[in-house]
Amino acid sequence: MSRNPIAGMADESDEVVRFDDVSMRYGRGPEVLRDLSFGLAPGSFHFLTGPSGAGKSSLLKLIYLAAQPSKGLIHLFGHDVAHAQPADRPQLRRRIGVVFQDLLLLDHMSAFDNAALPLRIAGGRPTEYRADVAELLAWVGLSQRMHALPPTLAGGEKQRLAIARAVVNRPQILLADEPTSNVDHDMALRIYRLFVELNRLGTTILIATHDQDLVARSGRPSLHLENGRLAFREPQGPTLS
Amino acid sequence: MSELFDPARWRPAPFLPERETRDGTLVFVVAVLCFLACVTALGVLAADRAARGWANQLAEEATVIVRPQPGETPDSAAARAAEILAGVNGVTEVRALEPQKAYELVRPWLGDVADVEDLPVPRLVAVGLDRRLPASAKALEAALQIQNVDAIVDDHSLWLADVRRAAGIARGMGAVVFLLIAGAAAAVVAFATRAGLAAQRDVVEVLHLSGAEDSFIARLFQLRFARVAAVAGLIGAGGAILAGAILRLLGGSQGLTPALPIAWSDLLAVLPCPLLAAAVAALAARVTAGALIREMQ
Repeated sequence: MSRNPIAGMADESDEVVRFDDVSMRYGRGPEVLRDLSFGLAPGSFHFLTGPSGAGKSSLLKLIYLAAQPSKGLIHLFGHDVAHAQPADRPQLRRRIGVVFQDLLLLDHMSAFDNAALPLRIAGGRPTEYRADVAELLAWVGLSQRMHALPPTLAGGEKQRLAIARAVVNRPQILLADEPTSNVDHDMALRIYRLFVELNRLGTTILIATHDQDLVARSGRPSLHLENGRLAFREPQGPTLS
Repeated sequence: MSELFDPARWRPAPFLPERETRDGTLVFVVAVLCFLACVTALGVLAADRAARGWANQLAEEATVIVRPQPGETPDSAAARAAEILAGVNGVTEVRALEPQKAYELVRPWLGDVADVEDLPVPRLVAVGLDRRLPASAKALEAALQIQNVDAIVDDHSLWLADVRRAAGIARGMGAVVFLLIAGAAAAVVAFATRAGLAAQRDVVEVLHLSGAEDSFIARLFQLRFARVAAVAGLIGAGGAILAGAILRLLGGSQGLTPALPIAWSDLLAVLPCPLLAAAVAALAARVTAGALIREMQ
């Protein structure tokens, strides 16, 4: 199991993500995140829990560089993101895989194109990666749907496609925002097992979820957000895998 | 169906949707602007040709007004002047105008006068000048003065300057109109880019968050609008060629009016239009997209 992510408990230089006294507000509104300090060790697996509006998505946005903190320091892979040059940000993002809450699949592209997108953006040649993409789509159970456009996919298929896109370039950390919110219990378990498998391969995982049952049964630690503040919760039961 | 998908034969899809509903309108507007720019260019070329023709005509001729000396008849003074001028370097032809021509020239001011021959009407000598090394007005005057001929040489420089100035103004106005149209096209493309970025915000966001650089995304919009503008430029230039060809066929080498003589070769001048339109659109889209993408960060 991963070490305790609360600040000051481990060697900070190795951490994939490090927050120090980070707060965030939208515009002139109230702070949605307050004085967060924690770190995620490489290869760790955490859930991010909390009620609606607690700031789970905002926290993930800070990690995948879609938002900026109003206060505090964020380090990604040892880089202080506040001082990262604009040209460095794409390189940092390529090390992060994200499964967005609303998936953000590109409707004009086939499932295969969607899954291959990060590799194309990174400048890879189709001949070098198309077999890997096909293999990955088969791994998430979409080998028969490679040609399909996202609007024709079922909810679970879309979720799995979004996961395939998020992991296709072997990111060091995978962030997933409510990845099981629109699927039934069995599909949620299948998706969870995908994450476990990725974690076994060395990817750091952080999953924002409302699914307390899944968190409880998973035996994984969680970061619990409430009123903008973070608390670490130890695993509540045996590991589900 | 799904079994037919072969990853080995996969060709990457374009990053941006290939067609947008606004494309037709954009092509129409840019095509109209390109048509206007091309027609302007044709008009300037025709006006320039007409001006150069007139200037050449004026530059190759001089008119000498001869006044008889005491004891000399106007005709003999004109004949003597013609003889002297024929020997000046840079003169190719000399022709003393007949008295009747001189009377006709003054008739608009004097009306029909019965004994016009009794009036001291000066005689005119038309001098043809060498196109390459024309004799100057000073040289002609000097030659006449040495032989004691009272004459004024008009080398048409006053008219020539006016014609050249008019041609310069036509060229300048054409350039201004052309630049205005190019600016309007750039503004239209900038608006379209802005709208395109707003419409494709999700795509831009996904590309960004997947690690695409700003310049990579801006280039997608740049290429897209350059392609649309090139098509519009082709349509506009084609329309201008058609219009020019119709004018040339209807009016012959004189066009519809001698002031705008269109040559077939003029029509070639519009050929760079698609490239220019694409370049203007690419620049406008790049600048607009670059700025907007930075804002979206």
